Amino acid sequence: MRPDPSVLLLTTLIGAGQGLFLAIFTAQAYALFDLLPAQDGHRFHAHGSLIALALCAAGLAASFFHLGRPARAWRAAARWRTSWLSREVIALPAFMAVVLLYGVAQVLDWRPTLATLPSGPVIDATFALGVAGTLLAFTLTVCTAMIYACLPFLREWASPLTPVNFILMGGASGFTLAAAFSLAAAPALVRFYAGWALILTLAAAAGRIASLMRNARLRPRSTIQTAIGIKHPRIVQKSMGFTGASFNTREFFHRRAPAFLRHVRTLFVGAAFAAPAALLAGYAFGGLPGVALPWAFAIQFAGLLAERWYFFAEANHPQNLYYGVIA
Amino acid sequence: MTQLALVIDLNVCVGCHACVTSCKQWNTSGSAGPLADTEPYGADPSGAFFNRVQTFEVGEYPNTQTVHFPKSCLHCEDPPCVPVCPTGASYKRAEDGIVLVDYDRCIGCKYCSWACPYGAREVDPERKVMTKCTLCVDRVYDQRLPVAERKPACVLACPTSARLFGDIHDPDSGVSQAIRDHAGYALMPEWGTHPSNHYLPRRKTPVRIHADELTRVDNPLRIDRQLPKPPKSDPSLDDVMSW
Repeated sequence: MRPDPSVLLLTTLIGAGQGLFLAIFTAQAYALFDLLPAQDGHRFHAHGSLIALALCAAGLAASFFHLGRPARAWRAAARWRTSWLSREVIALPAFMAVVLLYGVAQVLDWRPTLATLPSGPVIDATFALGVAGTLLAFTLTVCTAMIYACLPFLREWASPLTPVNFILMGGASGFTLAAAFSLAAAPALVRFYAGWALILTLAAAAGRIASLMRNARLRPRSTIQTAIGIKHPRIVQKSMGFTGASFNTREFFHRRAPAFLRHVRTLFVGAAFAAPAALLAGYAFGGLPGVALPWAFAIQFAGLLAERWYFFAEANHPQNLYYGVIA
Repeated sequence: MTQLALVIDLNVCVGCHACVTSCKQWNTSGSAGPLADTEPYGADPSGAFFNRVQTFEVGEYPNTQTVHFPKSCLHCEDPPCVPVCPTGASYKRAEDGIVLVDYDRCIGCKYCSWACPYGAREVDPERKVMTKCTLCVDRVYDQRLPVAERKPACVLACPTSARLFGDIHDPDSGVSQAIRDHAGYALMPEWGTHPSNHYLPRRKTPVRIHADELTRVDNPLRIDRQLPKPPKSDPSLDDVMSW
């Protein structure tokens, strides 16, 4: 498949946005049970959710460049019963709306008490909004990942590892960003976030490497024999039927050499997982200065862009069997 | 239930592309708008087609067969492209099983083309919406056309009658009989899409000649005992053949 920059940006940006919101709300949830010091709603929670909102808005804006008819994009909410893409189109604005409400409630300090837990902690409106945002963040990630994982013949994608990895990679980049953000906004939380970012980065690395190993062992289920229905071991395409290009020769081919793909794979394993993990561990255990954290996020985000490029490039669409002369 | 479909006989397709050009002509002239090309006379021509004819070489020289393989939307009975469409622009008609795209609702997200294992869908480069074979739905129901012409343009254009059109759910239709009698098969059955279009395989045309058929037993020359062949110097009817 051809990696489309708009889709790469959409999936990585909203992944980081969701992860950041989860991180911001995790601090509030921990603080509710006195596991972490409570933070200033305006300075930390509102600003953090504003950054998460901005990331999602940027991803949403990027996604419009993928459409042939962006003015009709509103129609995409129609088929949520069958289409994961439609579900994502609903879940993304819903998540953004809840993040916005959460941020506004934090700014206005709008905290009507909804319930009091038997042990004492008070569930207020911001907490309820945070829970709703958390659920929507996971819903959105699953919808985004299932767009790819639900296509059975794109076998590199059709795996439970796809949604798991989208959740882990989004979470890792979001928590790394939260660590960098809390340097200025909530210094007491930096180590907490750096630790969780390290755990999530390592988990994402494990998940992604597992999917790389799985995909390396895949045997194609469709062959040129099943594609044209002729049982002969040697079938060679002599003509694809036209001399120019077509949608089919552009959309489903990345046109890069295998060596280029291998380099991108090495790059993203290094940049998305190894380097940020080293920086986060260096900060948490080795006394690296705080400036390592913004760098960790920048490197990780660039690495995740490369990871998403590879995610598309490694997927081999069976329609390419009909274009053997250019494959 | 009706399921209109094409049955394509690979045994007689000669790869002339008449179906491709007639399809393009009909579908670029229709009420649904042009089927656009970009730079048709430039260095890098491109364009949307509903139907393509590809050519494959099967076997190892000298035992090879050249197979011309026309492919358009297969109008699957369980089309994977339809449920993934976020707008409902891609749909399968209940009355005749044709899979169509509503060009006014399509947002051009290309997701349906990812969901089609056959590569049957192409984005129109000017309208920026997904397009695909309509089985000439604007021809096959047109009451103004003579009944014999209410067929897809590709079927009418095929000079070798390699393309049959009909209802594959009707066991007595010509297409159903052709599928039964000539071992019609579907493409990529492994994905459970149940394509409606079927292909008829190459058939060997065996010629059995027995030794006694090499010599005409009732050859008058033989009867007149003038066989074996007389020498070339003998007079003949046309001065070329000796007999």
